[in-house]
Amino acid sequence: MTQAVAPAPVPAAIPLRELAPWALFAGVILLALLYLVGMDQGATSVVSGQMLHEFVHDGRHLLGFPCH
Amino acid sequence: MMRSLLIRGMIAGLVAGLLSFVFARVFGEPAVGAAIAFEDRLTAAAGEEGGVELVSRGVQSTIGLAVALLLYGAAIGGILALVYAAVYGRVARLGPRATAGLVALVGFLAVVLVPFVKYPANPPASSSHETIGLRTGLYVLLVALSIALAVGAVLAARRLTVRFGWWNAVLIATGVYIVLVGLVGFLLPAMDETPADFPGTVLYDFRVASLGGQIVLWATLGIVFGALAEGSGARRSRSVGRSARTTPGPAV
Ligand SMILES: [Zn+2]
Repeated sequence: MTQAVAPAPVPAAIPLRELAPWALFAGVILLALLYLVGMDQGATSVVSGQMLHEFVHDGRHLLGFPCH
Repeated sequence: MMRSLLIRGMIAGLVAGLLSFVFARVFGEPAVGAAIAFEDRLTAAAGEEGGVELVSRGVQSTIGLAVALLLYGAAIGGILALVYAAVYGRVARLGPRATAGLVALVGFLAVVLVPFVKYPANPPASSSHETIGLRTGLYVLLVALSIALAVGAVLAARRLTVRFGWWNAVLIATGVYIVLVGLVGFLLPAMDETPADFPGTVLYDFRVASLGGQIVLWATLGIVFGALAEGSGARRSRSVGRSARTTPGPAV
């Protein structure tokens, strides 16, 4: 680094202790949401019927999820 | 801090979902409509009754599509925020905007583009009903392996930087990722189900529109979340006189 006056400060990382519960809790909910939008009532079904699948149907195809 | 980041990620995701909805509505729906017209011709030719419509095409192609993309955007945005929180200040000496952009770029490549090369998005009526279980399993497996290999590549690049400098480290890690994910793609079975008389232009237009919509979504997400993240946590660590944006130092 010749042109820099001083090296850039290392950005302060978020402590893993603070991150872990959020990553676990929110991560599970967000992945469940992805599953409901992209896959439920397809190969596997958590919600019964076909209503959810039919409603988000075009989105599933265009997002690249396997459908019909 | 985490709560605020997560909310910002999901807001950015909603914006991204909205923009990609506009794109999908304009460029994607004509191909979806043409594929369903092909399906209807097949059904009519076979002399079968079309099944009962639970949701009308009008709803599917407007509100349904919008809700799907908004939910997908919000979910991806939230996950992006979590990954950002883990990466920021750990992988490279980058500011919030650059970190958000990098996470979104790597995310797009690992989650969308690479799996697309092996198992591309398929329009309605171009896959077999019976193989939905197999196709879903293979798709999820490929996405999961691609993400795992990408995480490995990022960690490897971080280690190699000390020895080779960050540019060469990124090149080496990217090369290793491509070789390994290529091997995975080579080993996974091919799905070849498109009916011979399925209109080729519809398939082509559909896939280009699908990829385009994903590019719109992830690009918007990276840019908007970067701006929102810059406004939150970074303010505290930014020191007076020098900005993290102007002096990208070597990765740590
Ligand atoms: Zn379908």
